[in-house]
Amino acid sequence: MEFSSRARHLRLAGDRREPYPHSLQFYQEPPTESISLVEFESFAVDRLRLLKVVENLGVSYVKSGDVYKTKLEAELRRLKFPYRALAEDDYDARRKDHISHFILRLAYCQSEELRRWFLQQEMDLFRYRFHELTDGLRQKFLDHVNLSFEAISEDLKNELANELYMSTPGLSMTKVKEQMFYKVGLSDAVDLFRARRVFIKDGFAFVPVKDIDAIVLNNYRKNLSKALALTARSLPSIQSDERLQPLLNHLSHSYVGPDYSVQKNTGKIALEHIDALSVKSFPLCMRQLHKALRENHHLRHGGRMQYGLFLKGIGLTLEQALEFWKKEFIKGKVDADKFDKGYAYSIRHNYGKEGKRTDYTPYSCMKIIMSNPPSQGDYHGCPFRHSDPELLKQKLQSYKVPPSGVTQILELVKGMHYQLACQKYFELTHDVDDIGFSLNHPNQYFAESQRILSGGREVKKEPNHLGNSQQKINSQESMNSNSTPTTSNMTTDAELEGLEAYFTED
Amino acid sequence: MAPFEPAALPELLPVFYRRLFPHGAYGRWLGYGGVEKNYFQLREFSFTLRDDVYVRFQSFGSPQELEKELQRTNPYKIDIGAVYSHRPNQHNTVHLGAFQPVEKELVFDIDMTDYDDVRTCCSSADICSKCWTLMTIAVRVIDRALVEDLGMKHRLWVYSGRRGVHCWVCDDAVRKWSPALRAAAVEYLSLVKGGAETVKKVNLSEPVHPFIRRSVNVVEKYFEAYALQGQDILGSPERWDKVLALVPEEQRELLQTEFPKKRDSVQRWELLKGRMERTRRAAANGKGTACYADWEIMLQYCFPRLDINVSKGIGHLLKSPFSVHPKTGRISVPLDLQRLDDFDPFAVPTISSLCQELDAAGDDAEQEDSEETEPKRRMRDYRRTQLAPYVKAFEQFLEEMEHARRGERLRRSDLQGEF
Repeated sequence: MEFSSRARHLRLAGDRREPYPHSLQFYQEPPTESISLVEFESFAVDRLRLLKVVENLGVSYVKSGDVYKTKLEAELRRLKFPYRALAEDDYDARRKDHISHFILRLAYCQSEELRRWFLQQEMDLFRYRFHELTDGLRQKFLDHVNLSFEAISEDLKNELANELYMSTPGLSMTKVKEQMFYKVGLSDAVDLFRARRVFIKDGFAFVPVKDIDAIVLNNYRKNLSKALALTARSLPSIQSDERLQPLLNHLSHSYVGPDYSVQKNTGKIALEHIDALSVKSFPLCMRQLHKALRENHHLRHGGRMQYGLFLKGIGLTLEQALEFWKKEFIKGKVDADKFDKGYAYSIRHNYGKEGKRTDYTPYSCMKIIMSNPPSQGDYHGCPFRHSDPELLKQKLQSYKVPPSGVTQILELVKGMHYQLACQKYFELTHDVDDIGFSLNHPNQYFAESQRILSGGREVKKEPNHLGNSQQKINSQESMNSNSTPTTSNMTTDAELEGLEAYFTED
Repeated sequence: MAPFEPAALPELLPVFYRRLFPHGAYGRWLGYGGVEKNYFQLREFSFTLRDDVYVRFQSFGSPQELEKELQRTNPYKIDIGAVYSHRPNQHNTVHLGAFQPVEKELVFDIDMTDYDDVRTCCSSADICSKCWTLMTIAVRVIDRALVEDLGMKHRLWVYSGRRGVHCWVCDDAVRKWSPALRAAAVEYLSLVKGGAETVKKVNLSEPVHPFIRRSVNVVEKYFEAYALQGQDILGSPERWDKVLALVPEEQRELLQTEFPKKRDSVQRWELLKGRMERTRRAAANGKGTACYADWEIMLQYCFPRLDINVSKGIGHLLKSPFSVHPKTGRISVPLDLQRLDDFDPFAVPTISSLCQELDAAGDDAEQEDSEETEPKRRMRDYRRTQLAPYVKAFEQFLEEMEHARRGERLRRSDLQGEF
């Protein structure tokens, strides 16, 4: 590409000698340069990894704490994003930051749930980076984005000193006298004023410098939320853009890790062990499916797919699978003939022995959570996502999860952190403090569980976030197609242009 | 004066809308000086007609059109909604999702039923002169905050017609507030939290925000007369137990023993208050923690309770000023803040009393000048009735807004150097 064309673009950009003067930005201007497909995809995937780390860290550690900061900084460095408010030239990282943000907007504007997730992680990321700025850089940044608030005079501050002290939690009288206070409009200080954590008078809030970032953040959130809504309006054209469609679909449902389609342990599971395994090593979704299968001697299509592929992933051979399902279904209303004619075919299909002969891959958590929600009579899906919280609570209690654990899980569910809830379930049922990995796949749950139970794992200090993150993106069964785009399919000079139209008001 | 009979409404309403309703002032209000184009035309009204027929998304090309429609249909009740993106009466022709509420006054609705847990004299829809003080306190507390803290200028407080008050904040900037900002204002103004299962609904800790301090100052002025004498909240063991339930255990026992020895609520309150003040003085000197139970009690018994849903949504409809209350017949009249303490909800004119007044006055006014125009006659009409002072208060409110608008225009043209 890459250097020469970039230089060309830089020269064309002409007067913008400093396109990225700060390590931080509000992402107000979409990138106008042409981007190669390779960069498009790799930037987007890297940012997605980053945001997932942000999500994970955000729920596991205090956001202002040192552990959080160290880990996040490490990840930013690793993925080559701006990781510190370097005053010197950090052009590549900042450019990557800029472009990847906008690409993910395209992918994540598509539904309310995706928008909410994206907004939350981007805000947490922004908050972290904003805090890392020095005072000087912070002021410069605020000026740059036109958020210079008016600092109140010393006289006024002395006059109001007592009220300021009473209204601003966490500030001693001395600090009040030392720190700067800014006069801010009510609409900019909504969160502070609604909770009465700031002094207000005559329609203005008097905000100490330490809370200014809440206001900046609020501004950022408002702008990004609006921008996402705007981009969503371009959805029909985005979705019919042939260059983008496969890439974006992939992204917003993306699972970036091993796909468990190649089993190293094929044939190592004995059918008689499945009942015990379902209690010890299956994630809740599969345990539920197994139980329902045993009780009803039947599962509907969604359940058969989810559970059947999972079993394949843990090592069941085709012969074992046929035996397993047949034995169970016969106990129900299905006779042997009917089984052989109907259900057996689709099991063989799953193993790639029929029809298109594609070896289907077991579903990832993302896929289970986001597609094909269960209805009455179904047992598939993710229990943390799809079960009524009361029922989930009862189920966890019946599985002897301690009450404090149940509460923690329910809190995570309330916050829509379904995979983290499952991680907590793993920790509680395996009696470990730290799951040691970032859960993305039911088969991953099984594999890790087996490792612990067979003593083959030391407690890891550094969570291994995304499995083999160095590999290129593996096949993830997309909803529509079975073939998956891999980077090797793209020609390196293919470029994408004209994307900025999706971000702007028409 | 014969009492109001709801059955008489069909006869009385036509007289009301022809001769009493202040159409002129009303139109002046909702036109907001014609500064924004089509502001009146984009406003939603809803009417409740006879037999509980309810029609929404009514809109009108001018105040005169509205007047004609009111005189044609004689609604039992009028509600005012938002100013929309398109004419409400054409909303069906607009692409779904494009028809949105854009602006509206910030409104508050304070209803006496929300205080049932702390009233001993009445419950649900009933009110009496004893508990009406709660509304007085509410208006004073909220209005102070609206003006001093939130910087609002044009507030119209209105008697709802039965058991509460409404506030319409009409400032230009405030009409543009988002639902989030409105909700934030309500939260800022809320101190009493919890439903039937919550015993202690106000919990204060240091540092105490100036809003709370100032609100307590307002409540204090009314507390003795209202709560200690009127409601007599410490008058009997049964009653004072309820109050003591709000006091922390350490202090409760002593008060429990001392209370029977005191003569009345006032004395008992002195004791309670004294103890609490003592803890605060000690805490200021570094000994122990400050206890604010006396403030908490005052607030739980007297502090205004707002319904966030009324204030939050831009599209929310609220009963219009000068609308008739179909059950009581009382007119929703503006409150004069200068004479708030003297306001008597039972002295508010009813539609039947007003019509009777017109009848009586009508005998004198046989000297009708046939050249007199309709609006002029109407002006004389309401002036002959008890409605007069209320319309005057409303007009004063409008004049203040118009004055401010002129001032703003001058300021702007100065800035732009226009001459």
